[in-house]
Amino acid sequence: MSKQYAIVTKALTKRFGHFTATDAITFEVEQGEIFGFLGANGAGKTTAMRMLCGLLTPTSGEATIAGYDIYKQTEQVKKRIGYMSQKFSLYEDLTVKENIRFYAGIYGLSNQQIKEKTAELLRKLQMEKEGGQLVSSLPLGWKQKLSFSIAVIHDPSIVFLDEPTGGVDPITRRQFWDLIYEAADRGVTIFVTTHYMDEAEYCNRISIMVDGKIKALDTPRKLKEQFNADSMNDVFLQLARAKS
Amino acid sequence: MRQFLVFVRKEFYHIFRDKRTLLILFGMPVVLIVLFGFAITNEIHKAQIAVLDNARDAFSSRLVSRLTASGYFEVNRYLSSRAEVEPAFREGDIKLVVVIPEKFGHNFHHAKKAPLQLITDSSDPNTATTLTNYANAIVMQYQEEMGGKMELPLTIQTAVRMEYNPSLKGVFLFVPGVMTLILMLVSAMMTSITITREKELGTMEILLVSPLRPLLIIAGKVVPYIGLSFIISLLILAMGAGVFAMPVKGSLVLLLLECILFGLTALSLGILISTITNSQQTAMMISMMGLLLPTILLSGFVFPLESMPVALQVISNIFPAKWFIIILKSIMLKGGGLQQVWLPTLILSGMTLFFLALSIRNFKSRLS
Repeated sequence: MSKQYAIVTKALTKRFGHFTATDAITFEVEQGEIFGFLGANGAGKTTAMRMLCGLLTPTSGEATIAGYDIYKQTEQVKKRIGYMSQKFSLYEDLTVKENIRFYAGIYGLSNQQIKEKTAELLRKLQMEKEGGQLVSSLPLGWKQKLSFSIAVIHDPSIVFLDEPTGGVDPITRRQFWDLIYEAADRGVTIFVTTHYMDEAEYCNRISIMVDGKIKALDTPRKLKEQFNADSMNDVFLQLARAKS
Repeated sequence: MRQFLVFVRKEFYHIFRDKRTLLILFGMPVVLIVLFGFAITNEIHKAQIAVLDNARDAFSSRLVSRLTASGYFEVNRYLSSRAEVEPAFREGDIKLVVVIPEKFGHNFHHAKKAPLQLITDSSDPNTATTLTNYANAIVMQYQEEMGGKMELPLTIQTAVRMEYNPSLKGVFLFVPGVMTLILMLVSAMMTSITITREKELGTMEILLVSPLRPLLIIAGKVVPYIGLSFIISLLILAMGAGVFAMPVKGSLVLLLLECILFGLTALSLGILISTITNSQQTAMMISMMGLLLPTILLSGFVFPLESMPVALQVISNIFPAKWFIIILKSIMLKGGGLQQVWLPTLILSGMTLFFLALSIRNFKSRLS
């Protein structure tokens, strides 16, 4: 039953002292879906994502990733997920190739695989010439694309992206989404948090979190119908205002 | 295992590409050894003295030449009256004035009593005490040779032998001290900085999400530093032996094993610091204030522990540096073996385990 679902959560909760960051959230993400995870700052989306990645232990509730329990089968879970955080996550003092080799290496790829992956990745990003350069010398947009490509280098079944396009110009953002679509076409499930409402439109389905709870979850089109809104921005504002 | 090697290789890239790190790792030991070995020394060498010789006889001039012949003193000037003593000190060069009274030789031989006055610049009390001690010793020796054996019927003669460091070389204390300081610096400060750096950059999260076990991540980060601190220990020992003829009387193998042990103690402290803070700045401050300062001040490296207030002496026990210096001195200077240093070794091992256990506890509580 849960096999076709990439992520299943049931009443997943995280409390920090008296503060409830995520309050009994329940949702499913299908395999190969691009799932947008929206919410204002402090709404609990990063906490939820960190629990799913194994960076935080939930206070209560259940969750499975690719069919594996996040409490008991952490090793299995870790092998099947990729993660790209808000903070830029490559080593600036390593070259492009060294970064690729390192991350592929810690996921246990063989030397032969690493070689092939590196060539393929550099070709796809049109960075063959920059392979030997230090990452610190690359423009931000390139770094982010590289970062994403490295996050999926071990062919995970799910990749978690935590506000991956912060501070990038619209054109680079568009290119970044091309990479996401391409990965989704290969069957990779994309779980992405974002601030940008135009990006929300790119997702297959989105959930909107307010104060630790999921207030809405559907396709962008249906959400707009439901809230009688022109854009995702309106939907979001309606939900966010409702609380205050 | 392969993942581990990949990780260690990445660590070496970090180390060798950062000029600042390299400078601390290899420049610092050399600078400190040279500084402590040559420049900062508490030995007296050619202290400038002034002589007010009121006697001007053969006996007095021989005394003065005995003082200068020792190498500890150099006569900067001769004064002609008592009034010149004060200005001589004021000028600052003169550390000691020897006042020889009139008829010095005559009194010595006939009255069997010849007072001699030593006036010191005690604005630096340590130097002043040392100078008078040296001068006294020379004068006493001179007196004995002049046949002026004290008229006391019974005398207690103390024969002093400076065991383990007969020439009283300060560097024999500084080499173990610098070694301790550097190992602390490299192992504790550098590891705490390198781990907090990953946290600051956000790469730590990526690593924690990856299949690498947290223990492997930490091990991968510290193993290069264990290797480096070992190499640095060898470097310091080689410099100590080559430049200052610092001996290693005990077993070299034991000495190196102890260095590794202390390296591990310092590493565990570094790891502990990195579990407390997320910022490199804070990690550096904690290492500096919490580790380096006590290592310098409270380990017996610069200031003798015996002369400290009891409270400080008690506190000094909790700093690993103190025990390591005891071990180093015992092995290097006294030729001590494991039966002499088992206690401090045990204490250091215990501390290491304690710090590691504490780090693991901190680490786990952070995750939940």
